[in-house]
Amino acid sequence: MQSRTRNIYLIPYVLWIVLFVIAPIVLVVYYSFFDIEGHFTLLNYKKFFTPVYLRMTLSSFWYAFLITVFCLLLAYPTALLLTKTKHKQLWLLLIILPTWVNLLLKAYAFLGIFGAFGPANALLETLGIGQKQLLFTDFSFVFTSVYIFIPFMILPIFNSLEELSPSFVDAARDLGASPWTTFRRVIFPLTLDGVKSGCQAVFIPALSLFMLARLIAGNRVITLGTAIEEHFLVTQDWGMGSTIAVFLIIAMAIIMILTGSRR
Amino acid sequence: MADRTIIRFEHVTKQYDDDPAVLNDVSFEIERGKFYTLLGPSGCGKTTILRLIAGFIEPSKGKIYFNGKVINNLPANKRQVNTVFQDYALFPHLNVFENVAFGLKIKKMKKSDIEEKVKEALRFVNLAGYEAREIREMSGGQRQRVAIARAIVNEPEVILLDEPLSALDLKLRTEMQYELRELQRRLGITFIFVTHDQEEALAMSDEIFVLNEGKIQQSGTPTDIYDEPINRFVADFIGESNIVPGKMIRDFLIEFNGKQFECVDGGFHPDESVEAVIRPEDLQITTPEQGKLQVRVDSQLFRGVHYEICCFDEDGNEWLVHSTKKAVVGDNIGLTFDPEAIHVMRFGETEEEFDKRLEAYEEAGHAK
Repeated sequence: MQSRTRNIYLIPYVLWIVLFVIAPIVLVVYYSFFDIEGHFTLLNYKKFFTPVYLRMTLSSFWYAFLITVFCLLLAYPTALLLTKTKHKQLWLLLIILPTWVNLLLKAYAFLGIFGAFGPANALLETLGIGQKQLLFTDFSFVFTSVYIFIPFMILPIFNSLEELSPSFVDAARDLGASPWTTFRRVIFPLTLDGVKSGCQAVFIPALSLFMLARLIAGNRVITLGTAIEEHFLVTQDWGMGSTIAVFLIIAMAIIMILTGSRR
Repeated sequence: MADRTIIRFEHVTKQYDDDPAVLNDVSFEIERGKFYTLLGPSGCGKTTILRLIAGFIEPSKGKIYFNGKVINNLPANKRQVNTVFQDYALFPHLNVFENVAFGLKIKKMKKSDIEEKVKEALRFVNLAGYEAREIREMSGGQRQRVAIARAIVNEPEVILLDEPLSALDLKLRTEMQYELRELQRRLGITFIFVTHDQEEALAMSDEIFVLNEGKIQQSGTPTDIYDEPINRFVADFIGESNIVPGKMIRDFLIEFNGKQFECVDGGFHPDESVEAVIRPEDLQITTPEQGKLQVRVDSQLFRGVHYEICCFDEDGNEWLVHSTKKAVVGDNIGLTFDPEAIHVMRFGETEEEFDKRLEAYEEAGHAK
């Protein structure tokens, strides 16, 4: 009796998962077996393993990796500093604030900033370096992406640092560890879970970035995300687009498993 | 003599911002190879002293000496002391061996030496063979031992213990009291133990510092402190006591409850107002006629070892009696005690004055 009422409460969630998680994945997998004329085929998978797509995969991973690494390098010290400041909650709010602004708006803002006559170039000019092509470069792409993703890296790291009992740090110092050794041997390993979930939160979406890649990097950076968009919207080859999506899903699942916390 | 001193506090004050001082102008010396206890209620500053010695905080005023050198600003990792934390602070990402070896690895000791020392330390705390265990697989008592092993393996000159037994159940706690004391004797190094449990302090220490409100109230051996508490706070905090207001007629004669009693304390002004302490176990039950005090039994609790009998005299003073004999609630009984059982406390006497007076009249007593 009791379990039955409990099952009734489950219905909305099950419905949600079936409609918006399982069904799309099934559809994507289904479409990946059809060619552009609607015939069943395995050719899409074969095509994925050609140099064009493999290079695309590699570059996607490479950019996602770069974005994650820079995020981590910036986020960890920031989070560490945050835990030591007086008005933690205020600073945290200021870091979270930009995530409330629409992604597209932020991307357009960067178009302006990095444009030929934008403030970034104006600064370079006054420094005597002179105007540079900033927009549509790897630099601007990675920079903007790091800016957009960094709150998602800071938050989990900040949380795990906050949870870290200060007596562990005291204990390490007590046993003769210098501040750096304490960080390396105690603080970092004990906040690894936060780092992992931060990396997940950045790497996975960074893998399938397409809008940013298109706006900020022009068509210079072609990632799996842009390729999927291209296939669905331009070439109408839904089969190939789905195939790439299948590989993306697999890649994400693998990353989730690898960075998942062992318990 | 100076050689024996390992830690010295000179007028040390610790204050956070504008709050009242946690530690207020404290001076004391710690000698090598003894078991010290810092005893006091929570918030009395005992843990602050420990953290100052460990180097986690710095004093606001005053100087801390270690082996004759000022160590006020020396970082914790450069000090010859190790701490056993209240929550043990064992690193959860390392196993027992790695936890104990942590300090040795930092010293860049040879791998074979580390292994040998860790094994020895674990054997010392009766945990041989537990090297590969994870911390979360260990029980409270075992974690406690790992924490001790992690401290002693570094061969520090002083070990600081911050209420390490408070998380254990009563039986294990008593057991660990014996073990800690035994361990300290075997190692021969200085232990500084923080607790709010007076029984624990009395049982384990060579020397006790009783603290309250950021000041050392009294220091001495457990028997000194128990038998001759300096003031009401110490008398009340250490063990149970009956404290009544009284008047010193002259040395060795006190008046309280409207009667005069012989006592063994001296060095007072004539007719000085004082407080008298009599421990509950020093009171014997007798008939009202034979008793020095006449009281009525109000309630009685059976404590296992003894009965705790609560009585009131005619003036409404409460008298607590510990007796192996049962009393009847509602009965009028007499209480008797020896002159030695009365301990007289002066109001507002400092420890120095107290010690001086004690010495003076004891000498006078011997001269007689």
